[in-house]
Amino acid sequence: MATATTAVMSLQVPSSSVRSSASSFLSPSNAPAVFFVPRLFPKNIGSFKISSGRCRGGIRCLLAPEKDSEYCTKVSRNANIAKLQAGYLFPEIGRRKVAHMQKYPDAQVISLGIGDTTEPIPEVITSAMATKAHSLSTIEGYSGYGAEQGDKKLRPAIASTYYDGLGIDEQDIFVSDGAKCDISRLQLLFGSNATIAVQDPSYPAYVDSGVIIGQTGGFQTDVEKYGGIEYMRCSPGNGFFPDLSRTSRTDIIYFCSPNNPTGSSASRNQLTQLVKFARENGSIIVYDSAYAMYISDDSPRTIFEIPGAKEVAIEVSSFSKYAGFTGVRLGWTVIPKELLYSNGFPVAKDFNRIVCTGFNGASNISQAGALACLSAEGLKAMSEVVGFYKENTQIIVNTFTSLGFKVYGGKNAPYVWVHFPGQNSWDVFAEILEKTHVVTTPGSGFGPGGEGFVRVSAFGHRENILEASRRFKQMYK
Amino acid sequence: MHASAVWRTKVPRNPNLEKLQTTYLFPQIEMKKKEHLLKNPNANLIELGVGNTTEPIPKCITSSMAEHCHRLATYEGYKGYGDEQGNKDLREAIADVMYKNTSIDGTQVFVSDDAQCDISRLQLLFGSVVTMAVQDPCFPAYVDSGVTIGQTGDYMASTGQYQNITYMECTSDNDFFPRLSNMPRTDVIFFCSPNNPTGHAASRFQLEKLVDFATSNGSIIVYDTAYSEFITDDSPKSIYEIPGSKQVAIEISSFSKFAGFTGVRLGWTVVPTELLYSNGSPVINDYDRVVCTSFNGPSSIAQVGGLACLTPQGMKEIRKVINVYQTNTKLLIHTLTSIGFQTYGGTNSPFVWVHFPGRKSWDVFAEILEKTNVITIPGLGFGPAGEEFIRFSSFARPNSMQQACRRLKDHFTKN
Repeated sequence: MATATTAVMSLQVPSSSVRSSASSFLSPSNAPAVFFVPRLFPKNIGSFKISSGRCRGGIRCLLAPEKDSEYCTKVSRNANIAKLQAGYLFPEIGRRKVAHMQKYPDAQVISLGIGDTTEPIPEVITSAMATKAHSLSTIEGYSGYGAEQGDKKLRPAIASTYYDGLGIDEQDIFVSDGAKCDISRLQLLFGSNATIAVQDPSYPAYVDSGVIIGQTGGFQTDVEKYGGIEYMRCSPGNGFFPDLSRTSRTDIIYFCSPNNPTGSSASRNQLTQLVKFARENGSIIVYDSAYAMYISDDSPRTIFEIPGAKEVAIEVSSFSKYAGFTGVRLGWTVIPKELLYSNGFPVAKDFNRIVCTGFNGASNISQAGALACLSAEGLKAMSEVVGFYKENTQIIVNTFTSLGFKVYGGKNAPYVWVHFPGQNSWDVFAEILEKTHVVTTPGSGFGPGGEGFVRVSAFGHRENILEASRRFKQMYK
Repeated sequence: MHASAVWRTKVPRNPNLEKLQTTYLFPQIEMKKKEHLLKNPNANLIELGVGNTTEPIPKCITSSMAEHCHRLATYEGYKGYGDEQGNKDLREAIADVMYKNTSIDGTQVFVSDDAQCDISRLQLLFGSVVTMAVQDPCFPAYVDSGVTIGQTGDYMASTGQYQNITYMECTSDNDFFPRLSNMPRTDVIFFCSPNNPTGHAASRFQLEKLVDFATSNGSIIVYDTAYSEFITDDSPKSIYEIPGSKQVAIEISSFSKFAGFTGVRLGWTVVPTELLYSNGSPVINDYDRVVCTSFNGPSSIAQVGGLACLTPQGMKEIRKVINVYQTNTKLLIHTLTSIGFQTYGGTNSPFVWVHFPGRKSWDVFAEILEKTNVITIPGLGFGPAGEEFIRFSSFARPNSMQQACRRLKDHFTKN
């Protein structure tokens, strides 16, 4: 339960005495306070200050809106959410970008931060969606609620396209509105008692959703980690694959490959080790394969290429970065029938329950688009889009390499992980933004293992990628 | 393969999910439907159960969605990630059209992929330590999501209730509004009006009492108004029509039933900035955090559709579709009343709540299904106070509704 003391700590406005690296997400002192979201609040609320106003409920509010004697309910703030140090990483990057654009209204800001796709969706896909939309106005074509697990043509299409010959069938596929949403549904599934391991650095949704559901302790500022999570360091020193011999057992292991943010993709040998580790520990791997189509070499494209994986792994994936579906919203989760809890109960049955209770299926128009993605023409079109972003990635890799930087990733992923040894990643982010008007993402936003790195994403129009490269060369020559 | 050779992980099953008694209600109905079709492959089933919309979406709405799809294929028109809280224009349009007589503005509106999903996000927000109250009977997602997140104790077969939830009985005896003076305080109160399944729309007077109750208890109302566009009298369409409500209420709603968006997926949640936790921190901040962490906004195509719905032309066309369902409701009530049944709801809702005194609702469900090939929903599925009731939904093609009514009349007047 949140006590008044905890509340004050968690609502603390970052002061200049706090190191900017004290938390993964804490911004330097000139940035807006943790709770001020400029574009969100109406004008009459403004910022929050420490006030001694009394709530009409007779409860003393320590941080209250500027109007005095505001009514407070008697509902305690969720203590888990109070543990979160700052906003989710990507809206924070968005806020910085907006602030920068306000400061430099004439600057041509280039976004290589958030990893938002920029190229149009291939017509074979959009016309299928438009046709579906039109058909909803006809008696024959109208459909209401669909199956919560996904369209009955789409599930087998996903199974056969991505899991052919691997013993995964349509019953194992759950279509969704995206991997990020599935991660939270998986956390609901696992519950607050489950222990989790994440790569360090990693996509922030695994940790943040774990904090929200109550799997973690408080944030430890000295190590920049939440108590109760096993962080598996992935660095150049270990080829971005964790030393599993020094990793404690956890119930769940979140593993993303090709990796966001490092761009590294695990080899067959490494994934075999991971599956072995999970089997020995009786753990469940949640394998995030959202970037599998970016693989250029023979790295496995799905965990289920590894023998034995079906009994220890769940896989999440997405059309976001393949088909530009970041706004359209379509992804999927694979839960093999063979995956069982310690009491023998199938994990898929409980996930199905969560999906039926807390979800009602992905949008039927988006699903029609996904089906078109998986047609022969759609697959070809997607690989062209992916190819385009891969060319962007190569340009960025070449740029930083030519400037003398140590650069990682980029081969099998649309992310370039650039090393700035000994430097604070938020400072590097800020300096790059200030000097080149290019938005990147500071590595420490992905975990303490990201300190000293910056993630440059390759999603952009070609001319912007080239222009950004020119500006980097100018800055670092 | 020998049973003992089957691999099990060492991950314990989530005990909260173990508490859930059965499949979620609506998939259960689907299963009954499939079983019935297996036994009677030629049955001409008419579905007045799950409440799946049947009428096509007006063209002005679908063509704007189709246009948006085409724009996504162009350099100028392509858009990637939207705001997690929803498109700014749509948030403002919802505030302008749905909350025009209140001080709710777009910054307090979170657009989503619909109310059922928002209910789970709200539970993530509240966490496992809060206590909740629900109407009895009620839409099952409130209870089931509460069990899932860990707010409840075990299910008690003797009462049909989960421990640690307060069930506020809503029956014909209390005009389908709970006797609040008998209710203990809970942190959260789920309240649906017009109600699913009873169809009752709370009056202004009743909602004032509810807001007073929440205010004096320091509780948060989660007000589900997914059926507000079916109101025909002057019952409030939004909790925010009640003074003082912004300090105690979150409102959830949906495009599903009024715009036929059950498959398109669009809804919204309003969290007023005035709604504060006991320590003074705004609930909206935390909801925003949950939304940003566990969601990435609804489909941009659905949102364009939502904007089209909220134009004057869109609302006009939608009203015609709602009228079709309301005509269905009138026919249904007329039929059931003429048979001699006591019916409730229907005036302000697409649901008709029919009393079968002394009978078990699953038995009545089975009888209606077997003898008339009409699917309904047994009241017990919505809570113990739903026993002896059947929910009929008006979402059907008009021909189907007419036929269903003929069959019901035939069967029940003969028997």
